[in-house]
Amino acid sequence: MATFRLPKNSRIEKGAMYSCSGQHGLVRRFKIYRWNPDDGKNPRLDIFEVDIDECGPMVLDALISIKSDHDSSLAFRRSCGEGICGSCSMNINGTNQLACITPMASIDGEIAVYPLPHMEVVKDLIVDLSHFFAQYASVEPWLKNDNPPLEGERLQSIEERGRIDGAYECIMCACCSTSCPSYWWNPDRYLGPAVLLQAYRWLIDSRDDSRDERLDQLQDSFRLYRCHTIMNCANACPKGLNPGKAIGEIKKMLHQRG
Amino acid sequence: MLPAYPIIDHEYDVIVVGAGGAGLRACLGLAESGLNTACITKVFPTRSHTVAAQGGISAALGNMGEDDWRWHMFDTVKGSDWLGDQNAIEFMCKEAADAITELERYGVPFSRTEDGRIHQRAFGGMTTHYGKQQAERTCCAVDRTGHAILHTLYQQSLKHRTEFFVEYFALDLIMDTGVCTGVMAWCLDDGSLHRFSAKVVILATGGYGRVYFSATSAHTCTGDGNAMALRAGLPLQDAEFVQFHPTGIYRSGCLITEGARGEGGYLVNADGERFMERYAPNAKDLASRDVVSRSMTVEIRNGNGVGPKKDHLHLHLEHIGAEVLHERLPGLTETAKIFAGVDVTREPIPVLPTVHYNMGGVPTNCEGEALTLGPDGSDRVVPGLMAVGEGACVSVHGANRLGSNSLLDLVVFGRAAARRAVVLCAQTDRRLPRRDAGDEAVGRLDQIRHATGALGTASLRLQMQETMQNDCAVFRTHETLTEGLRKLTELQQDFDELMISDRSLVWNTDLVEALELDNMLQQARVTVHSALYRTESRGAHWREDFPNRDDENWLKHTLVWHDDTGAIQIAYRPVHLGTLTDDVETIVPEVRVY
Repeated sequence: MATFRLPKNSRIEKGAMYSCSGQHGLVRRFKIYRWNPDDGKNPRLDIFEVDIDECGPMVLDALISIKSDHDSSLAFRRSCGEGICGSCSMNINGTNQLACITPMASIDGEIAVYPLPHMEVVKDLIVDLSHFFAQYASVEPWLKNDNPPLEGERLQSIEERGRIDGAYECIMCACCSTSCPSYWWNPDRYLGPAVLLQAYRWLIDSRDDSRDERLDQLQDSFRLYRCHTIMNCANACPKGLNPGKAIGEIKKMLHQRG
Repeated sequence: MLPAYPIIDHEYDVIVVGAGGAGLRACLGLAESGLNTACITKVFPTRSHTVAAQGGISAALGNMGEDDWRWHMFDTVKGSDWLGDQNAIEFMCKEAADAITELERYGVPFSRTEDGRIHQRAFGGMTTHYGKQQAERTCCAVDRTGHAILHTLYQQSLKHRTEFFVEYFALDLIMDTGVCTGVMAWCLDDGSLHRFSAKVVILATGGYGRVYFSATSAHTCTGDGNAMALRAGLPLQDAEFVQFHPTGIYRSGCLITEGARGEGGYLVNADGERFMERYAPNAKDLASRDVVSRSMTVEIRNGNGVGPKKDHLHLHLEHIGAEVLHERLPGLTETAKIFAGVDVTREPIPVLPTVHYNMGGVPTNCEGEALTLGPDGSDRVVPGLMAVGEGACVSVHGANRLGSNSLLDLVVFGRAAARRAVVLCAQTDRRLPRRDAGDEAVGRLDQIRHATGALGTASLRLQMQETMQNDCAVFRTHETLTEGLRKLTELQQDFDELMISDRSLVWNTDLVEALELDNMLQQARVTVHSALYRTESRGAHWREDFPNRDDENWLKHTLVWHDDTGAIQIAYRPVHLGTLTDDVETIVPEVRVY
């Protein structure tokens, strides 16, 4: 019988242990995925102890403290620190989240931090998102309307504007898409929840007049219909959005169009 | 001998460094004109810090009632404590309505009024009839206006097929006998080095809030472009003017929009007193930010702070009602829950003045061209170099920026710079690099990459941040500033003892942070120097030993140069009090009360 194992150079090995030294308060243990493209070694899991009395409450605070006090080579993206830029998406204890708004207190025991799943790792917690962004560009996510008013802004009622609530707030962190088994399986052809939510955002904007063209683009057994309503996306979204529902709405629009 | 670093050459008409609001808006104008343009950015465009702007963008659209760009101009000049250049302010306020209309046409999801127009809210320092009544002038997309604008601008840049170099860290400008001919950059993804040659380089690299310990600024707000300009022998203008936003969340420093007070929120001290009524009888909680931050600091100093340490204050929103909060301030509601554990419909938010914005930066004219002083002391344009956004100092914000004028600055001057760059490109021949162009930048990278000292970036950075926080804060004196300068000079020397543990070139964030620290240390020293020499109080710069504004001696911009040896040179240039056109008269300096 065939046995399946990861290729030799992909197996995750045990890494180094970094303890808190000297006097310290409450200590939390972090298990962090490490991989350096330059050293030719396998990925490993390093263990870091963090004195959480000495740092802020979020997982990102702990990562910064680890980088400051234990190992300055630890690589991760971060920017705004308040959950609006979408840089620090990663897999924390099995769930894709933004490290900057995930309190350590919300996790029991050891905190395991991995890069976003099923993505190519560039280094440590940094993954290659270029394909994800190329897919975003492919749905032409901009307002299409060749008839602007002669002067002033386009009018839009409060109700019309309200329709894109829950869609425009997306921060493109990729937590949803990289939590989707269907996207893991067909990332080359399935657009995934984040990009489809953005496609939906333009389909329902009352100012946009290219709905048919947009729907034509989406009517494809892979681009749209690889969504099997698994709904990991809605669970993963750190902004509380529901891409799965938006995808359902797109399917409904296509169905109604016939 | 420098080890060989292969360098990849690129040639463009225009290079934009930075992909926040200003950089992207400039890119759009350039792409529309058909110029061969590239944008270099150290973070993916929608990660830029414009995304975190909350409250809105000002323009006298008059959607909520009577308004006039002249009133907006008056407010901005008064807000700037008369340090803003009135020609530039006139230009910005006049262009504002058109710039906002354009954003709406690009697709920005603005909140709407009952009649379908763009919704506008009240903001600090914004009045009608020259200070008589509170204006509703700040256009918003609930409290996610920066996010809405940045994403829309990125979407438009996709439409116009802007060429991006994403996650490229800009190292230095390439200068050739005083002319900027390009920029050196390091690609984080594969570790390669790049030399970009261009007829025009536009810096859109933002502010340097992270020189302070507590800032609403992102970790990436390190003012890299400002430091590049300093290393190129160019000055920074008005660096002493650092805005403290009144309402950063206590401890985390996360921003709570001024729109919260615009929607009716108010500050109280430990006695439950709405103390702003004492400091600004008319505008109260909607006085300009420098006034509110200073009043808060005085309250805390006088023992009127809340909490066990009496070291912060409370912002009340409960009276506004859950429905309005949900409708107009949903992002804030979420942030207060996450970072302060507060349900804003029931409890106040603990807040503290927190570093937020740099009024100073690379001096430019109204069209975005970088300026320095010529040998005769008059303004001289730096050929090939422009600057826009928070990193630039046009100066429209003078000594204190009004809330919601920042997003406006980005789009108005991003657009103006693109227009000017088109003209400049038509007048300029190809600029090809000298053979050794960029060698110094690579040398600096190599030196820091192989640093083998004993001091980590994080510890040096922390010392710098604490120094700035303690010695160059809301209130300053000769003593604190001298002490701050002494410590910063020591830190600059300590930088030679830096230790880097990662020697690789692919996503070496240890090295990125060290380069950013190098950039920040220079700007911190320039800031403290500028503050030390300005012996008056104006806008955000408050000297306890010189508590009055002194128009006779100090109605002028500070210029500071910082050379490689750390030597500082200081000069001044006059404030431009004249207006751009005859549509409006100069607003003569007067006592500033709110």
